[in-house]
Amino acid sequence: MSTATTKDHPHLAADFNRDEPRVNWHDETLWWVRAKRDIAAHKLPEWELLRETASQIKFNVLSNLSAYLEQFEANAAKNGIIVHWAADAAEHNQIVHSLLEQRGITKMVKSKSMLTEECHLNEYLKEHGIDVIDSDLGERIVQLANEPPSHIVLPCIHKKKEEIGDIFHEHLGSAKGESDPKILTETARQHLREVFLTRRAALTGVNFAVAETGEFVICTNEGNADMGAHLAEIHIASMGIEKIIPERKHLGVFLRLLTRSATGQPITTYSSHFSKPQDGTEIHIVIVDNGRSIQLGREDFRNSLKCIRCGACMNTCPVYRKSGGHSYHTAVAGPIGSILAPNLDMKKYADLPFASTLCGSCSNVCPVKIDIHDQLYKWRQVIVKEGYSPKTKTLAMKAMALTLASPTLYRMGGKTGRLVFKYVPFAVNNKLNPWYNQREMPKAPDESFGEWYAKRKGAKNS
Amino acid sequence: MSREKILAAVKFNQPAANPLPDMEVLNTLTDVRTDLVSKYKTIATGGGSFVYEVSGFDEIKTIINNEFKPGVKIISALNELSDYIYADTVKHEDGHNFADVELTVLRTNLGVAENGALWLTEKEMGSRVLPFIAQHLAVVIGKDDFVPTMAQAYQTIGDAGYGYGSFISGPSKTADIEQSLVIGAHGPRSLSVFIL
Ligand code: SF4
Repeated sequence: MSTATTKDHPHLAADFNRDEPRVNWHDETLWWVRAKRDIAAHKLPEWELLRETASQIKFNVLSNLSAYLEQFEANAAKNGIIVHWAADAAEHNQIVHSLLEQRGITKMVKSKSMLTEECHLNEYLKEHGIDVIDSDLGERIVQLANEPPSHIVLPCIHKKKEEIGDIFHEHLGSAKGESDPKILTETARQHLREVFLTRRAALTGVNFAVAETGEFVICTNEGNADMGAHLAEIHIASMGIEKIIPERKHLGVFLRLLTRSATGQPITTYSSHFSKPQDGTEIHIVIVDNGRSIQLGREDFRNSLKCIRCGACMNTCPVYRKSGGHSYHTAVAGPIGSILAPNLDMKKYADLPFASTLCGSCSNVCPVKIDIHDQLYKWRQVIVKEGYSPKTKTLAMKAMALTLASPTLYRMGGKTGRLVFKYVPFAVNNKLNPWYNQREMPKAPDESFGEWYAKRKGAKNS
Repeated sequence: MSREKILAAVKFNQPAANPLPDMEVLNTLTDVRTDLVSKYKTIATGGGSFVYEVSGFDEIKTIINNEFKPGVKIISALNELSDYIYADTVKHEDGHNFADVELTVLRTNLGVAENGALWLTEKEMGSRVLPFIAQHLAVVIGKDDFVPTMAQAYQTIGDAGYGYGSFISGPSKTADIEQSLVIGAHGPRSLSVFIL
């Protein structure tokens, strides 16, 4: 994570692009997942109705969010769940830490939660002497590799099985050179079973929280959230304020959309509803804002809070597939991450809304119909207006603004450009021109549109 | 107080009220001609479950006795399968005691044809960890207990009270290593479904 903050998306993508076969493999794997999503979606005749319904439910949620949060809190408390509120990442981390500290717990098992990635919880707890083990297989792999996840649903999608074999050999004692996914998964199973049986605290994310009933739902294929939560004496669930849905029956809509969009599965293996703590155990829920209420106030971007974190927009994004999740240097990568991150820190993430072709593929697959590519386009305008435009784009855009503002300069520029293309192509086809990276430059036309038009007009009149 | 701060900020920034959409349409979008059991069977098998249509509990016992070595720890939550440890008797044991359970057999009254999910609550599980910690899981369901989609599933569940409930749709699995599907991640290595 530390290296990622010093470079912006184009540079990090360039690092990723050095290994061309890997880029192609990454690209193809994600496209394969996207294709599975299409097959699953096309099997349901009511797919578009579901998307529309989900989008409307979420719109209702956003417009009543404060009331729903209070309703959820009251019902969860009635069920015996202890509710905490955290304004930002720091407060979230402190709450989790103090819950552990009060009980003298120094080891925790964690199930996948992108919110805790966003808050950098693992690093924080480590600094405070608490050992955290991620139990989702993909997360465990990147944790052992000392890397953040590169995808919200497929955390180690960027890693080859041979590399995972090496990591497991070093940390979990599997045979050297072993790369069979079956054997590696079995190794992790044995190792993590031991962890589940010995940890007193478990932390999970939250996929949906139901205002009407005070229950919350966690979806996994591995069953790791359940193994952790049911064996621990304290279960801490971290949720963003936007995870609320109004009524239990609305789960029917979201659970039908979530995994079909994510991996093409009809549903996750486990969709677990936690309503009350088990006898002799505690459930705590930490409701986190961390910038979400600000995004709610940005009319152009508030729809991004509808996101159910299926990852479909990443799988389909031509830029994500070819630049890798780490190039986004933020917890949630890809198109939706590029909308969420500038809300938190516009300067630090000014590059991200530009990491898109604006092709609209993300908006087409989004199960809650977020206007993702439109929002990316709008962020670009905000970022330029606020003076945060990314370094690589600033100079070129200043020149462009100047040129477009003056007809003389514009005509002159066009003429020079065409001459340059024609006689000294290396002047544009070089490393200083970011547009030329990974692209062939087009051939310049012999004359400008203006010149052609004037000629044509002249020919017609004569 | 962060609670007040957050709620005030949310309230200030949220847009004007938007109504909830009509859910009736989705509830009624059901093809009544579909054979739910065979649809369920196809989906569940595709998701890695073993599905048996059986005539009675004797047949279930025969299958279990064929599949599992004598003497392994089997816990059953069904009165009809009394050869095994009865879930009610271990209900209040520490979940860690179940680390050596080979098979857990549970009963449900709700299965979903569209996605192979079986609804189980704490009441049917005995102890919450049982269906997860066992090496293998089996679930018994009646052939009339299937609904077409999740929409009808939640209509059936309605406002029932439960401490914990889960839709389980197959054996524990992962595809985190190069997207190769591996059955048996942290939970059961197999799910057998007996349709009565
Ligand atoms: S923005 Fe839409 S497609 Fe992307 S992760 Fe969120 S819900 Fe899925």
